Amino acid sequence: MMLDNLVDITLLTMLMVHAFAIIYLRNLFAVIMLFGSFSFLSAGLFVVMDALDVAFTEAAVGAGISTVLMLGTLALTYRHTEDKQEKQPAHKPWLPLVVVCITGAMLIYGTSDIPDFGDPQAPAQQYVAPYYLEKSIPETGVPNVVTAVLASYRGFDTLGEVTVIFTAGIAVMLLIGGRRRSKNNNTTGSDHET
Amino acid sequence: MKHNLILRVISKFLIPLIFLFALYVQFHGDFGPGGGFQAGVIFSTGIILYALVFGVKTAKQIIPPFVLRSLASFGVLLYAGTGVASLLLGGKYLEYGVLASTQVAGQHLGILLIELGVGISVMSVMLIIFFAFAERGQTEEGS
Amino acid sequence: MMDWILGHYNYWLVIIIMMAGFYTVISQGNLIKKIAGLNIFQVSVFMLYISVSNVKGGAAPIIESDVSLYSNPLPHVLILTAIVVGVATTSLGLALVVRIKEAYGTIEEDDIHNQDQSL
Repeated sequence: MMLDNLVDITLLTMLMVHAFAIIYLRNLFAVIMLFGSFSFLSAGLFVVMDALDVAFTEAAVGAGISTVLMLGTLALTYRHTEDKQEKQPAHKPWLPLVVVCITGAMLIYGTSDIPDFGDPQAPAQQYVAPYYLEKSIPETGVPNVVTAVLASYRGFDTLGEVTVIFTAGIAVMLLIGGRRRSKNNNTTGSDHET
Repeated sequence: MKHNLILRVISKFLIPLIFLFALYVQFHGDFGPGGGFQAGVIFSTGIILYALVFGVKTAKQIIPPFVLRSLASFGVLLYAGTGVASLLLGGKYLEYGVLASTQVAGQHLGILLIELGVGISVMSVMLIIFFAFAERGQTEEGS
Repeated sequence: MMDWILGHYNYWLVIIIMMAGFYTVISQGNLIKKIAGLNIFQVSVFMLYISVSNVKGGAAPIIESDVSLYSNPLPHVLILTAIVVGVATTSLGLALVVRIKEAYGTIEEDDIHNQDQSL
């Protein structure tokens, strides 16, 4: 039991250090690399919490696709400067700090009533989850309960999700699908490739 | 180019393994962790690796953009079409039990089809987005 | 008291990470950093949900014949969908950043405001 908690605390502390370093650093390349590492560590945390499908998806999507797209954006937006730094901050951060501290305090106060971490008798584990765990093999014949719920019991939500990702692809194609016009035209539109 | 030699050799070795792993994750999503989304993203990662090492133009010759657009639409169509097929066979929308002779066999077939649709669609959309970002930096020749 | 702390420290650490991401979104000027902060916020919310679904001594929700206690599979399904929607949002946000750069010439928030107000 203690080893489990220790692994948890270690991973969460490393994630906190990553988050604070992303706030503090000004070199954008380092920020993006830290973001990829953050995604990967959070995938490790999901494995420790027994969420295998979630860890798989987070590692593939967060540390893979999101990092590659951010690097592509950095290449497109900082093409003419040598160092990829952001500007010196102009105003002092007192108001955002106060807002963040108040929100954090309210959230911590709100989670003081949540059942203990890992409690098998928590209300979240009582009503619907045992039904799916018992009926998944007789009704669908699929041992992976997450796939059974995702594809069969809650199939509509997955249809909506595929539509969302399809819409995002179309929207990105509309926004930056073609090549930029050359500089002396000074326009911001673009043609689409045929 | 000489300094690309290691990258070329290693990626020629790795990319077929990445595709094989993506197919494994796709079809074993019923018995272990995995499923359509993960498989689609991993498959597109293989092609993105190819585009990073050998150039975006070469990658576009392997998968032309119109094929990607058709595949993305085909994935969503396959998913929705499975639901319509169960409507036509007498059940409700997306009720897989009527697709085959028994309830469990129908569920297996239905889940296989929709995971395939999800995987194809996610792979094509990830590649569309990547190619859009990669090609934006070049200006058009002429007007 | 010790039991209560051991049962809740997980949520507090996740909330600290959440607030770090929130702070990045509202106070940093660079648009790419804002999107990175938004992603940190999203991932910490996912961690909160998965912490709720964890069962001590349980296994991953894949039915095997010799396991009796499983983790709750329903939040896993919800977070799977949320991750994919999150990557759709991130890619759209980054495409907008590219277009903003082409229109304004900069991706610092203050410079964009000044250019807008001087029109």
